[in-house]
Amino acid sequence: MSNLKEFTKGLIKENPTLVGLLGMCPTLAVTTTASNGLGMGLATTFVLIGSNIVISLLKNVIPKSVKLPCYIVIIAGFVTLIEMLMKGYIPALYKSLGTFLSLITVNCIILGRAEVFASKNKVVPSIMDALGMGLGFTLALTLMASVREIFGAGSLFGREIPYIQNMTVFILPAGGFFVLGCIIAFINKLSNKKPPENIGCSNCPSNGSCSSCSSKGGN
Amino acid sequence: MKELFGIMLAALLTDNFVLSKFMGICPFLGVSKKASSSLGMGAAVTFVMVCAAIVTYPIYHFILLPMEITYLRTIAFILIIALFVQLVEIILKKVLPPLYNALGVYLPLITTNCAVLGLTILNIDNEYSFGKSIVNAFFSGLGFLMVLLIFSGIRSRVEEADVPETFKGVPATLIAAAILSLSFLGFSGLGN
Repeated sequence: MSNLKEFTKGLIKENPTLVGLLGMCPTLAVTTTASNGLGMGLATTFVLIGSNIVISLLKNVIPKSVKLPCYIVIIAGFVTLIEMLMKGYIPALYKSLGTFLSLITVNCIILGRAEVFASKNKVVPSIMDALGMGLGFTLALTLMASVREIFGAGSLFGREIPYIQNMTVFILPAGGFFVLGCIIAFINKLSNKKPPENIGCSNCPSNGSCSSCSSKGGN
Repeated sequence: MKELFGIMLAALLTDNFVLSKFMGICPFLGVSKKASSSLGMGAAVTFVMVCAAIVTYPIYHFILLPMEITYLRTIAFILIIALFVQLVEIILKKVLPPLYNALGVYLPLITTNCAVLGLTILNIDNEYSFGKSIVNAFFSGLGFLMVLLIFSGIRSRVEEADVPETFKGVPATLIAAAILSLSFLGFSGLGN
């Protein structure tokens, strides 16, 4: 029962992208077409599950003073794995994601879950947490990419949609910022809660250990 | 020379890291509240980018490439950057305390900043020479600093402005960023 809760919390209530405001770079950069967004989301989910399993297994072995480098190496290992798999099996997607596939390594969602969840919990809840967070990220990316593709290119997953005028600006970088701003505002309206005041330290994985936050009181 | 100038313009304006490559968005949204902190973060990122470009070039070309283990570059680069940030922090603390006091607080944040890792990977992917890598690193960092500084000015206005209740905070900031990005679009084609 509690495992199910770990799974569902990441989907909507604690959605890492739209509520936690983590992993903004891939969210903005690769969401020009819906299939890119879906691919990026699933690749990140894969890395998240792998790293959460390994880190929760090794949580008693890794010394506290070097935990961040250890986590990063584990994550980078899984990123290399998914890079090779994608290059072999889905070369078209590999090409269109480009640098951002390697940059999954520094995606703060993964490091954040490792720090906040996997390093403190057993394997099974960690897997559920990774699955929920990963799918929440995928959901957010696919939603945003669909909006951008429908308005920007007049298609969805490459299929053309009739009666829609192309507005190229949605595919351009400016459109990414605009669509994300609108989606976050919409989520705020739906959940009827006060919008998040600022992005940053409260959600950042290095919160507390990092001197930037402690000196400025978590702003 | 002409080519170097092209790289410089692209890194600064047309292919700006924040506004068109979407790297380093977290510090862009998190630190750009005050002009002073934008300046500090931008300077620290520029410094680490140049250092990372200098260090990763020989490692890729003299170790990974001859041994045919280029698939390990993500792991190697992120380790080097993490190590390097730590090293820079220790050295600055000992040798240049004033500079450490100015930049120190931003350094730990840079390890997980995708702009630095992204830059080193882009340098390799574009097959830049050693000199070009450094020029690209320096001006990418400067471009990052410039955008952070511009945006800190915009942000202080946005905070005063009367925006609808649902759009207050992050959504308004993102839409301001969209408008800034749109204005940088005007530079496209400048390099040709």
